[in-house]
Amino acid sequence: MNTTALILMVIVQITVISITGYFFYRVLTIPPRQEPDSYDENDDVPR
Amino acid sequence: MSNSTSSDSWGSRVGLILAMAGNAVGLGNFLRFPVQAVNNGGGAFIIPYLVCFLLMGIPLLWIEWSSGRFGGKSGHHSTPFVLDSMDKRQFWKYIGVFGIFTNVAVAAYYCYIESWTMAYVYHSISGTFSGLNQGQVADFFTRYIDVSHSTTGIPYEAVIFYVFCLALNTFILSRGLHGVERAAKIGMPLLILFGIVLAIRGLTLGDSGATPEHPDANAFEGLNFLWTPQFDSLTNPKVWLAAAGQIFFTLSVGMGTVQCYASYVRSRDDIALNAVSAGFMNEFVEVVLGSLIVIPIAAGYLGVDWLKENAGFGMAFQTMPYLFQQWGPALSVFAGVMWFGLLFFAGITSSLAMGTPWMGFMRDEFGFSRNKGAWTFGAVVLALGLPTVFFYQQGVFDEYDYWAGTVSLVVFALAETILFAWIFGMDKGWKEINEGGDIKVPLIYKYIIKWVTPLLLLFVFVGSLVTPKNNDWVNALNNGWELDNSSIIKQITNTGLKEQITAATDPAIITALEDKMFYVSLARFILLALFIGLSFLVYLAYKRRKAEGRIT
Repeated sequence: MNTTALILMVIVQITVISITGYFFYRVLTIPPRQEPDSYDENDDVPR
Repeated sequence: MSNSTSSDSWGSRVGLILAMAGNAVGLGNFLRFPVQAVNNGGGAFIIPYLVCFLLMGIPLLWIEWSSGRFGGKSGHHSTPFVLDSMDKRQFWKYIGVFGIFTNVAVAAYYCYIESWTMAYVYHSISGTFSGLNQGQVADFFTRYIDVSHSTTGIPYEAVIFYVFCLALNTFILSRGLHGVERAAKIGMPLLILFGIVLAIRGLTLGDSGATPEHPDANAFEGLNFLWTPQFDSLTNPKVWLAAAGQIFFTLSVGMGTVQCYASYVRSRDDIALNAVSAGFMNEFVEVVLGSLIVIPIAAGYLGVDWLKENAGFGMAFQTMPYLFQQWGPALSVFAGVMWFGLLFFAGITSSLAMGTPWMGFMRDEFGFSRNKGAWTFGAVVLALGLPTVFFYQQGVFDEYDYWAGTVSLVVFALAETILFAWIFGMDKGWKEINEGGDIKVPLIYKYIIKWVTPLLLLFVFVGSLVTPKNNDWVNALNNGWELDNSSIIKQITNTGLKEQITAATDPAIITALEDKMFYVSLARFILLALFIGLSFLVYLAYKRRKAEGRIT
């Protein structure tokens, strides 16, 4: 590959991977809200 | 609060994000994005593309997530009454019809493409492509879509795969949001896994696929072609229009599905982070995986010159199976299953999303059960979809794609943005976006959503309405504006088709073109009838609400 193409590809892809990873990490690590919330997987009483 | 719904809910936050990302990730991530990039300046396309993502894509996601959640507070799960809840002028609920119409009409032909991917998984496993040359593999596709021809011995094979695929979608939809969520939790990780394996192959192929017929074949040349910036193209409005269009299709905005999914989120729960998380997951699949599969693998075996002439949607079915054959008998089966499998998962997670606005509407307004909602959706889609299967070559498929899958998205997105930013009001809108937020949305987006996003959408709409001849904007600006046959205005009047008929001399070709004109009109009539029918349902629902005192 030529250098400009390689640099552009690497910069764009690393940026996209990093931001995607960061946001998804935030989603996974933020503690769930107190019930009742929008999600029923950890409901005390089934809906 | 509506009296018939409230029992459906998402199982988990990750499930919602995967379902929303699955809604966005579609066949276009792997087939449309690389072709658009190649045709619009290679690496330079990525700059307008990312700018449009930040200035139009992300804002539209926030608009749709927050509108959906806002409507959900009043028990609305489809756009007619979501929009109605944001402004009391009567016409908004009819603008909201686009959010059901687009999904039903697009599902009709989208499930057909999805069924091709199922069929191609089957043919990859059964070794149908083994020993075929490039022309024979391409010819196989042509024979497959000729429904009267059977490639397996099963009569009307394409129809059977289509009906089976639609039945599978309908069955999953009948399980409610949990069914959709489960499909996303299985489909998305597998899609990403298959994509990563194929992308690694694309990155490592190099010139090992060169043959005496294609001595210059080199995967890195394909990547060069895709990623070398041509900065002069940045000043070309055509490139910006293509980039904005790609953002539309890839994020599935302007369809009404995002509002429907978000309407099941409570106001104290986050949407700001959810929206960007799902949006960037789509970008990962498109920019990272989508750019590393078709283009480098095709260039690695057939060369860049071939790619320049043949880059298009058909490569997925007409070329890729042949290229996989070069990997040997066992690996070609795995590659075929992974490629068509990932396309299938990309397709089904999107087509499932298309079913939910109809189901939400029918449950909210007419008390339909999940089963009844799902199976009526399947029946309507089947009735609309069979013409695309039987008359694919007569242009019905393309007509659906153009009006329902392209023009409607832009019209609806423009309308909903004006409603959100200017009528509902940016102060209220900003509060909705940030309510319960796990991230703080940068304040600049308040102004982007109010000014930049609507202007960009207006540019896309006007650019499509009056596209200049040969998409040459510079020439049109300097030497007078002549419309291209691809512009909406010329499409309405069938100018291109009429010119073809006038220019044709062979009676057989003239007859075929006249037939096509008939089927194009038929497709438009079907779409118009669908829109009017849905508008009538919305009118009936409004009357019911009024009679029951549910108008707030």
